[in-house]
Amino acid sequence: MNEIDFLNWVRGPGFQIAVIIFVAGIIIRLVEILMLGRKPNLAEAKGSAMRSGLRTIFSRSIPEKSTFKRSTFVIVTGFIFHIGLLITIFFFTPHILLFKDVSGLSWPALPTPIVDAVTVVTIIALFLVLAHRMSNTVLRFLTNYEDILVWLVTILPLITGYFAFHRVGATAPTLLALHILSVELLLVLFPFTKLMHAFTIVLARWYNGAISGYRGVQS
Amino acid sequence: MTDIPEGKDETLGDVLRQRGISRRSFLKFCATTASMMALPPSMIPTIAHALERAKKPSVIWLSFQECTGCTESLTRAHSVTIENLIFDSISLDYHHTLQAASGHAAEEARMAAMEENYGKYLLVVDGSIPLGNPGYSTIAGISNYDMLMETAKGAAAIISVGTCAAYGGIPHAKPNPTGAVSVGEIIKDKPIINVPGCPPIPVVITGVLTHFLTFGTIPELDHIGRPKVFYGQSIHDRCYRRTFYDKGQFAETFDDEGARKGWCLYKLGCKGPTTYNACATTKWNNGTSFPIESGHPCLGCSEPEFWDGGGFYKALSMPTEDISKTVIYTAAGAVAAGVAIGAIQKGRKNSAVASHSKTTIDDLEK
Repeated sequence: MNEIDFLNWVRGPGFQIAVIIFVAGIIIRLVEILMLGRKPNLAEAKGSAMRSGLRTIFSRSIPEKSTFKRSTFVIVTGFIFHIGLLITIFFFTPHILLFKDVSGLSWPALPTPIVDAVTVVTIIALFLVLAHRMSNTVLRFLTNYEDILVWLVTILPLITGYFAFHRVGATAPTLLALHILSVELLLVLFPFTKLMHAFTIVLARWYNGAISGYRGVQS
Repeated sequence: MTDIPEGKDETLGDVLRQRGISRRSFLKFCATTASMMALPPSMIPTIAHALERAKKPSVIWLSFQECTGCTESLTRAHSVTIENLIFDSISLDYHHTLQAASGHAAEEARMAAMEENYGKYLLVVDGSIPLGNPGYSTIAGISNYDMLMETAKGAAAIISVGTCAAYGGIPHAKPNPTGAVSVGEIIKDKPIINVPGCPPIPVVITGVLTHFLTFGTIPELDHIGRPKVFYGQSIHDRCYRRTFYDKGQFAETFDDEGARKGWCLYKLGCKGPTTYNACATTKWNNGTSFPIESGHPCLGCSEPEFWDGGGFYKALSMPTEDISKTVIYTAAGAVAAGVAIGAIQKGRKNSAVASHSKTTIDDLEK
């Protein structure tokens, strides 16, 4: 298999396999969670569960003052790499072309040099997060293999993407193919690891808000 | 201009003098060639000396599953250049498109050239070789495979001209009905120089010939057998539209504002970023332009499997398969599977609740 074969495979069957596992895995898990259901609450509602639930989905993104003071580093670096991922994944021209090809939807891209800079910042933030996790005794105690694996499959597409864009280290087709392959690895592992939080966070936050809303208290 | 030997004993220098090429322009050509092949200026006299005395090399040209585009590219240059004369001055002993003879006479010429120059002649191949059925492509009743094996035996080196001979090309594209393969997939015991392109740049051929005549060796090759001097850099890295790519300015269609302004053709499917060739520097039609310069994205024709990249107008970042359909079918199947799994889980939960029995203090004290 030559490098163009490799590139054609990751752009073709490889990507197809990864998308099937990603889509099927996420849908099956979400349907399973939703079908488990909840016991009916027989108490009288003191407020709107829905309104509080929806608001909480967004309000939990703003850290509480005391929490922020206690874990400033984790929250700041966490925000940086999450926003960085959002920008690098959804606002780079070649990526938008991919989304357009799959969904028909298109939106304006950010200038390439900005995405390039954000990539570097995101990679640094991810390394800082790992360094913090490893240097903090309690966090290190709580860290398992899955945490490291998830960190690795998140940072790999950023690093391979950076090298593919700057075309250093190997021939261009190989670099591009490795980048796409690393994304496929991320897609495949997504539904079966804590990466799933990207989808379950909505359900979890909504439920937290809904309980409080039903009881008529602030969430 | 005396004592010019005739026929086979002619040297390249003789041929050039006959054609009225001055010493000055000959040395100029040697200097250009040296710089093109990234050789130091001190090599210019060596090249000049070697070319001057080089005996007309015998070349056998075999055309298999091809479209004759490669031959066209090499022979249809607009003006007479020294590159062309070098090409003209080789002793092209067999080329069934260009030779006057046909049938048995033509085959006899090939056999004679092989015998006379055994171990010394250059074999040029364009077109791929069908392994599916020997009858798919024959010349004078001889299958392509047999003719290649027979002719390659006495060759000093093989030049695979064009992507078909170098990597299989369009006959090799999926589903490859003839079982087409490249020369390199069959011949393992000879030096092979791949000069891919659809068609390849003429000057690359003469460059390779010059190198062979000067040093008697083949030039340094990359990992897929291409001379590094010509295929060492990608189209993207030498593209004059690169700044637009870096800035993120792209033509969206072939006739929009961006296209008129000469912006990057990435979105229109340009394969320049993954293609290694000299088009952006040597250009075509005597240095007039190259595809991107005339507003068309690079097809990636000097790379293996370039027909199977999901379409020429699909951007490199796009999947080659129909992923929308994949997502819809997978989602539909997954919802059904999720509901079924959920129902099973619910059933298990209900039966667990139903079979629940209370534990009393007495039970625990037993």
